[in-house]
Amino acid sequence: MLNPKLKLNEKLFSEDCEKKPTRNGFGEGLVKAGKKNKQIVALCCDLTESVRMHFFKEAYPERFIEVGVAEQNLASVASGMAAMGKIPFAASYAMFNPGRNWEQIRTTVAYNNVPVKIVGGHAGVSVAQDGGTHQAIEDIAITRVIPRMEVIVPVDAHQADLATQAIAQTDAPTYIRLEKQKTRVITTPKTPFEIGRAQVLWEPETMSARVGIISCGSVTATVLDVAHYFEEKGIGVKVLNMHTIKPMDKEAVIALAKETERIVTVEEHQRAGGLGSAVAEVLVENHPVPMRMCGVDDVFGESGTADELLAKHGLDFNGIKEVVEDIMR
Amino acid sequence: MSITPEQVTELEKKANDIRIDIVKSLAKAGTGHTAGPLDMADVFTTLYFYSMRHNPKKPDWEGRDRLVLSNGHICPVLYVTMAHAGYFAASQLDTLRVFGSSLQGHPHREYLPGIETSSGPLGSGLSQAVGMALADRIDNGKTSGKFFYCLMGDGETNEGQIWEAAMMAGKEQLGNLICVVDRNNIQIDGFTEDIMPLEPYADKWEAFGFHVISIDGHNIEEIADAIDQGKAVFEKPTMIIARTISSKGVPAWERDFHWHGKPPKDDELQVALDALKK
Repeated sequence: MLNPKLKLNEKLFSEDCEKKPTRNGFGEGLVKAGKKNKQIVALCCDLTESVRMHFFKEAYPERFIEVGVAEQNLASVASGMAAMGKIPFAASYAMFNPGRNWEQIRTTVAYNNVPVKIVGGHAGVSVAQDGGTHQAIEDIAITRVIPRMEVIVPVDAHQADLATQAIAQTDAPTYIRLEKQKTRVITTPKTPFEIGRAQVLWEPETMSARVGIISCGSVTATVLDVAHYFEEKGIGVKVLNMHTIKPMDKEAVIALAKETERIVTVEEHQRAGGLGSAVAEVLVENHPVPMRMCGVDDVFGESGTADELLAKHGLDFNGIKEVVEDIMR
Repeated sequence: MSITPEQVTELEKKANDIRIDIVKSLAKAGTGHTAGPLDMADVFTTLYFYSMRHNPKKPDWEGRDRLVLSNGHICPVLYVTMAHAGYFAASQLDTLRVFGSSLQGHPHREYLPGIETSSGPLGSGLSQAVGMALADRIDNGKTSGKFFYCLMGDGETNEGQIWEAAMMAGKEQLGNLICVVDRNNIQIDGFTEDIMPLEPYADKWEAFGFHVISIDGHNIEEIADAIDQGKAVFEKPTMIIARTISSKGVPAWERDFHWHGKPPKDDELQVALDALKK
């Protein structure tokens, strides 16, 4: 059942469940953060409405900086502003930010140790029709490997709102990953959010959990469908929302592995280097258990609908269900 | 008020002392870059002892001007100049590039107070200086009196990011931004015009919206006047193209691109010290 302590969306499994993109939550959260703290500035690369930074631009035009189509400059201008006491949110599509400007992020942001918040929009294969060039499925890997860099993948629009406000208050260089499509709203405004604290979204009502599923991003809604399905078949699973890939909530990962002895990870990202790899790094040293990873298997994206692409990469209901069945055999 | 002849004489002597410590420091380290630090000694001397508002005893003083060294590999000249200005003890210059030293192979902001930004990977300093200048304008308006200096190498401007930043500096009309490019005509693989031609260089910067001043980068008076002029230009960022002779001060090494990235050996150090003591 959905964890009652987190006050999640009770309509999650109904037809009329609210849908909203995580980028919208970010845009709304940034305005709130900007209202609280005048040191917050926003920079964008000619994609202001697309990454939903136009809300901030309208509210605080004097603190919005249009950088043009120049992502390398974006990261380093943000670094310079941070050196003067600003908390810059630097946004573009994830493919270019942190894709194209990785070295600028590593050196001028993280090595320099300044509180720049890298905002990567349109991440994952669900960007859909734009095709493989625009589907960032390596961004978690390339950011989490940078020392000091914190990496956040909000599960839905509400969480993106809270996460944006939360990262605005830290000194850490941070990457926040956003998605384009409208996706189901899993949490509510009453659901808490804390950087680095994973959330048990689903736990068996009475029976013990046989599989632990660790997930991030909007695909978690499908993971919860799968959990719901198994619950009805009398099989208990537990679902952990790992919205913070780094610093990872190691205690939660280890506790889940000890409880279930089987772990499945789910992410709209390459299997290599992403959430699954990060979880495996924790478990292999602390409590190795059988593991499966759902994710893109070393191929590029392509054009199609989000549903078609998620299905192709085993990130739909059937794909995830089969992997969970497999690990229980 | 312009720089006086007495100040020029004093700074010329200071620049020579800085060159001596640069070659000593590099020889002791046995690793590092020689040509750029030597040819930028006059510019650094003028900046730290005439043009810039700063306080070596309070490196975090909020009212200071900011200096971004974009081509971080010439940091020996930055370190030696800072030591002469009183940021740290000159004895530390013996620890260049040594494990545990504040004087990292390329400058690291967190290792040495007074370093504004970590650098080394080429092409990102101008962007950072643009960000700093913009942030100050947001907070304090166009006439805060604070200036932002960005020092670059000419070979470095092969990098596309430099021109992204240049476009933005022009767009934002950053009158508080003063850049100096070390136009020594060499880079690691050879002469700049053979590797990737930069000329017509002044025209390029002008086209991007800069007030461009070409000077003799070894003439203290010209350097000081150009920076004073840059401070007076309100509506545009300033680019000072400092025409320099690589490895300036050691005639045996001058204009030879092989000295870009290597330090002097003991016998070569003596050649340099003899030349600089004349």
